[in-house]
Amino acid sequence: MSSAAPALHNTTFRHGVHPPERKDATNRRPIERFPFVDDYVMPLSQHIGAPSVALVRAGDEVKRGQLIAKAGGFVSTTLHAPVTGRVKAVEPRPHPTGKMMPAIVIEADPYSSQRIDPSAAVDPSTLSNQEIVQKVQMAGLVGLGGAAFPSHVKLSMQPDRPVRHVVINGCECEPYLTCDARLMAERPQAVLRGTEILMQALEAAQGWVAVEDNKPEAIEALRRSAANFPRPIKIAAVDVKYPQGAEKMLIEALLGKRVPPGGLPLDIGVLVNNVATTSAMADWFDHGIPLVERVVTVTGEGISRPRNLLVPLGTPVSALVEYCGGLHDDTKQVIMGGPMMGMAQKNLDVPVLKGTSGILAFTEVLPGRDIEYPCIRCGRCLEACPMFLNPTRLAQLARVDAVQELESLHVLDCFECASCSYICPSNIPLVQWIRMGKNMVREAKKPS
Amino acid sequence: MKQRPRELVISTSPFLKTETSTPRIMGEVNLALLPVLAAAAYYFGLGALLVVAASTLGALGTEYLFTRPNSSLRDNSALLTGVLLGLILPPAFPLWMAFLGGAVAIGLGKLIWGGLGQNIFNPALVGRAFLQACFPTAITTWTPPGGGFFHLSPRLFAVPLMQAPVDAVSGATPLGLAKFENQSTAWMPLLSGDIGGSIGETSAAVLILCGLWLAVRRVFDWRLPVSTLLSVVLFSGIIYAWNPETYPSPVFMLLSGGLLFAAVFMVTDPVTTPATVRGTWIFGLGVGFLVVLIRLFGGLPEGVMYSILLMNALTPHITRFTQPSPFGTPPKSSPRKAAQGGEA
Repeated sequence: MSSAAPALHNTTFRHGVHPPERKDATNRRPIERFPFVDDYVMPLSQHIGAPSVALVRAGDEVKRGQLIAKAGGFVSTTLHAPVTGRVKAVEPRPHPTGKMMPAIVIEADPYSSQRIDPSAAVDPSTLSNQEIVQKVQMAGLVGLGGAAFPSHVKLSMQPDRPVRHVVINGCECEPYLTCDARLMAERPQAVLRGTEILMQALEAAQGWVAVEDNKPEAIEALRRSAANFPRPIKIAAVDVKYPQGAEKMLIEALLGKRVPPGGLPLDIGVLVNNVATTSAMADWFDHGIPLVERVVTVTGEGISRPRNLLVPLGTPVSALVEYCGGLHDDTKQVIMGGPMMGMAQKNLDVPVLKGTSGILAFTEVLPGRDIEYPCIRCGRCLEACPMFLNPTRLAQLARVDAVQELESLHVLDCFECASCSYICPSNIPLVQWIRMGKNMVREAKKPS
Repeated sequence: MKQRPRELVISTSPFLKTETSTPRIMGEVNLALLPVLAAAAYYFGLGALLVVAASTLGALGTEYLFTRPNSSLRDNSALLTGVLLGLILPPAFPLWMAFLGGAVAIGLGKLIWGGLGQNIFNPALVGRAFLQACFPTAITTWTPPGGGFFHLSPRLFAVPLMQAPVDAVSGATPLGLAKFENQSTAWMPLLSGDIGGSIGETSAAVLILCGLWLAVRRVFDWRLPVSTLLSVVLFSGIIYAWNPETYPSPVFMLLSGGLLFAAVFMVTDPVTTPATVRGTWIFGLGVGFLVVLIRLFGGLPEGVMYSILLMNALTPHITRFTQPSPFGTPPKSSPRKAAQGGEA
């Protein structure tokens, strides 16, 4: 290998946990294109921020890739038709959050080629930085790792701050998930191209793609492509540890710098972007394909034939599960997202959203962990917390509504990685209490 | 498609958890105590096991009595307290006293504070301190090892609140010999356990192996025993270097008395020791310092129990003053903090 491994500052961060990886069922399975189904449900709220505003009505004909909803504000983004077909309704539908949420329902046209009109493609080197940001919003791009934060907002957060490093996050530290690993192994050029576009838009000198070293195929594919790539992009193998894919943890591993509390990576001249978002950015600028599909890992002990699927947004989860052989009879729980930060689902009619990285079916619900024991002050949660907080203390304070103390102990620094709950031997739902504590502090801060 | 399961369970993340649970932690420590019990049986015979059984019965009975119907026995911690107390009593300790000690350890040592996780002081040591206060003679009457497995001292079966029968055989501990007779003990017996002392404390080799096993299994925080032992070596080393004629060597300090047992099984109690990393070092340092102080300059030959109880009292404060600095902030004591604060 000509491009030697880059000299990292570290190869990981301090603290964190080592959950079982359980990626073997799918990490060598190539991505398969999921067949088109009859109906698609596109909720207007698939991202952090204001919901999108529908531009179509029942009865309208839409083409795959056509704009169907505009951004509902600056912190919001657009939606595009995932299939060519006809709008059946704009009405509340079950949403993965458990609520009924307004959605555009599209009936696919079975005779359509489902080709996307490439005329939106544009060479980003002909655009100003501002135009690139606007163009990113027009593609409906959000963080595809799960948080679904609108990408254009991230790019324009602090226009006056210089960005030196663009870090593409391919850690995929959540157990079970392999969608990013496969994407990097199969489309390294798209990842690098997207990185290049980001570096250009931000005038950043150095690009990075960070991958946990349990993905040798991805690392090798990226290194091979990076060797002949015109821009300086380092492919960094970082240690397997949860939550390595958290922005602040990743920056510490690569650059040895720590983002100050309450701060953003931009404060220290770094932008971190999810790897799937990055390749989607390349598809948009080079081929005019907006965000209409994503890779979803369907796996877990309750799934007969685990797969990595390239799925149009809005496809019902039940169709994915069925394609993968259906649920085993003893399936107890279905999770959307990863097992550490995902959401349990009751109703499998909910659609795949932009942030849906995985569908996991479990045959056991935390066996033997239903009894909560008292805190034995073992300190395991303190040694797990990547933000160096005191989770057990925060949980105690949240139980008694001690808002001021919660704030003074930096409860808002918690990004809910759930390492504390994972490690707690007494089964105390620490992250759940801390989430409530964060809400209390935010409520108290609101001007009444 | 196979039939969909009737009900999918809704719960919040995370959906994975470590296998390590509180009952398992307590259970593994109990498991690590089996070799210690075996060594005790080998040296001190059936009588020693009866003492452990009596204190354990007292502990379990009290726990059950005060926490039924949803008995907290299932967390295995009362069992641990009872066995630990038994192992730090003399081999021919009257059984009724051991039983009473177990009851006090759980009642006054733990339940009165609010149960597991709420107590300030190590429950087993509270039990022993109580017994030391009430029965100072019985708790310092040592039976030498090797009396035969089935030899049961009449002292064991003393009638409650009556004068304990006198046993023909009694001996002394290496620490007592060193302090009061200025006699040294050879290293081999110290390692193997062929010496006078509390039931579970004599065999250094067994204790070291049990400690290593627990540390490797990550049942306890290795820093606690390591800092305690290092601290003893440090302080006793300084004194020994200053006057090797009068004071025992650090190696003797390590291998004698209840230090190793306490380092493996007492200072590693998570509840009564600091939860922070820096706190564990301070705790161990303090215990070691006090042990050396009491052993060499105090009126008692052994000081491990009081050292740990004193540091237990300081634990909440140590934990509070060693809170971690949140990610991205400089350590609290760092002088750089002021400079960076000014910049921001």
